[in-house]
Amino acid sequence: MIAHIFEERCDGCNSCVAACPTHVLDARTDGVPVIARIDQCQTCYMCELYCESDAIYVDPDQLARSTITPQAILDGGQLGRLRHDYGWDQDAAPGEGHLSDFWRLGPLLREGAEIATRRYAAFKADRG
Amino acid sequence: MSQRDRLDLTADVLIIGGGMAACWAATSAARAGVRVVLADKGFVGTSGVTATGGPNHWWVAPDKRAQAVEERHARSFGLAERDWMARIIEETWRALPELTPYYPFDTDGRGGTFYSGVRGPEYMRALRRFAVDRGVTILDHHPALELLQDEDGAIVGAAGHARLDDRDWRVRAPAVILATGGCAFRSGLIGSHGNTGDGLLMAAEAGAVLSGMEFSASYSLSPAWNSTRTLPYFAARFFDAAGHELDVPPPMSGEAAHLKALARAMDAGPVLADLSDAPDLLKQLLRRIQPASLPPFERRGIDLFENRFPIRLFGEGTVRGTGGLQIIDEDCRTSVEGLYAVGDCATRELIAGATSGGGAQNAAWALTSGRVAGKAAALAALRSGRSAPGRAIGRAGLRPASTARAIDLTPVVPAVQAFTIAFDGTLWRSAAKLEAAQERLDDLWRDMADHGHAEGLGRVALREQAAMLASARWVGAAALARDESRGLHMREDRPQVDPAQARRLLTGGLEQVWTRFDHAKPLIREKDVAA
Repeated sequence: MIAHIFEERCDGCNSCVAACPTHVLDARTDGVPVIARIDQCQTCYMCELYCESDAIYVDPDQLARSTITPQAILDGGQLGRLRHDYGWDQDAAPGEGHLSDFWRLGPLLREGAEIATRRYAAFKADRG
Repeated sequence: MSQRDRLDLTADVLIIGGGMAACWAATSAARAGVRVVLADKGFVGTSGVTATGGPNHWWVAPDKRAQAVEERHARSFGLAERDWMARIIEETWRALPELTPYYPFDTDGRGGTFYSGVRGPEYMRALRRFAVDRGVTILDHHPALELLQDEDGAIVGAAGHARLDDRDWRVRAPAVILATGGCAFRSGLIGSHGNTGDGLLMAAEAGAVLSGMEFSASYSLSPAWNSTRTLPYFAARFFDAAGHELDVPPPMSGEAAHLKALARAMDAGPVLADLSDAPDLLKQLLRRIQPASLPPFERRGIDLFENRFPIRLFGEGTVRGTGGLQIIDEDCRTSVEGLYAVGDCATRELIAGATSGGGAQNAAWALTSGRVAGKAAALAALRSGRSAPGRAIGRAGLRPASTARAIDLTPVVPAVQAFTIAFDGTLWRSAAKLEAAQERLDDLWRDMADHGHAEGLGRVALREQAAMLASARWVGAAALARDESRGLHMREDRPQVDPAQARRLLTGGLEQVWTRFDHAKPLIREKDVAA
């Protein structure tokens, strides 16, 4: 669930309020949104993806409210990491599209299933 | 809280929902030159199960299509239609390249362009921009609460509550497309929090019929604390808490053996996954392919390919299950005049029969059903002379049949999950289990219908509870009436396929839920496919 919004990073654009698909956040007049309905947070990370200031952090536990401290979040080095990994923080370098390996998803999925199938046959043979 | 003045709009086509089917419907309707309003519960771009995923679309070159349809049809338990299957392949092949100005399609690894698989956030962002460029009016955070119906029974719009503005809205339109997605019964499945069956309830209040609701037993594997994508798990080994390897047949081995083995083990105690056997290339590239797979682990200090970790199966209800609103013609009309259903809100038996459409078929269905309904709705709106304002017809949770009062909602989610999410009632259904659970649901429904009431924004959450109750009752009734096992519907007291039941099963009704087998012929004619 959303754990924290860093006020000193937030520029008050309210992109996270708009982008949250489940209405967790409320805009406030002084700029920094408030986490108003945490029970509706589905831990989908979409607010992080749409925060160009990298000011919002989602803890990965969707079943319980996080107790992580702001300092621990900063120390963890994950603030803004997901948006960076998606390539939403910068244009792709020439010939290095953010999605140039996406076609491998299907083949890798099938390769995984084939590994499991071969291993299971051996597992069954082993156990008689 | 005081409410501001109501937002009133008129349009030719109103689309309710904001996922991929809704967006394809909107762009298609707008191309016909009519006024299109799209009202979504959340934000068009992040709403729904596509945004957090990475759908592959059923993508088959022209010379391989006949064979692909034949192979898939053979696995549909007799309930799919070849013509519809061929149609979604053709339409998907035509449509996806149209997104080129908006989506960064890249290499297919063989010197061509990879169109079929798209990453969720970029796909939905592209569809939003496409719709805006076509002149679609997008209303984000405008959940619909109910439909508007004229004196002839035709749907002429919808009403809801704009949650960021805290005011009511009403859109009048002679054609309405429901694209509200499937119902995941609040299982925690990624992206599905808003997928509560709202469109099914609204349509049923207008008299619409559902089909295939019994085909709703589907799950996806994730770390126990965060539903995410399933790509990393295909080569997984599984262990119990004591470190003993579990006997789990491989995925894609048919008969739900993989799923049932995991479910039985999880009922007995924690199950841990070991992903060390995953393909080396996957270990290197997972971050580039599916970045959202990493945070659940990295933010906990876990190396997902080195450390064993507890897992959970998140229920997918009718999202990856197959049931939904019955489609009565090739334009994706429901049985109610002026009302269309597309994507996961509609039954996908037409293309998947009694099985799951998985990712690829369902994505092609969402795209195609959206496009054909969008076009048909636009043409119908232009011909329509309907201008009556219509009457708001929502009942349960909005207009109690008896005294309005606060009702206890805590039992609702456990009750609706009894035979849709909970393993024993879903994967090992029986008449006895279903009857007991239905009785409980009927009581909760009666309480909701008689007394459920809320004001302002509170109506949105209450209607979601009502919609889940209604959806679960249809699943239960259909699961009871289909007195056999077939595809996704598994009855431990009727383990065999009964050839006499190779027909679609319809359901509907709110006060009284009914079921009946469908004897209709295929829905589209050969000439439409050829055209």
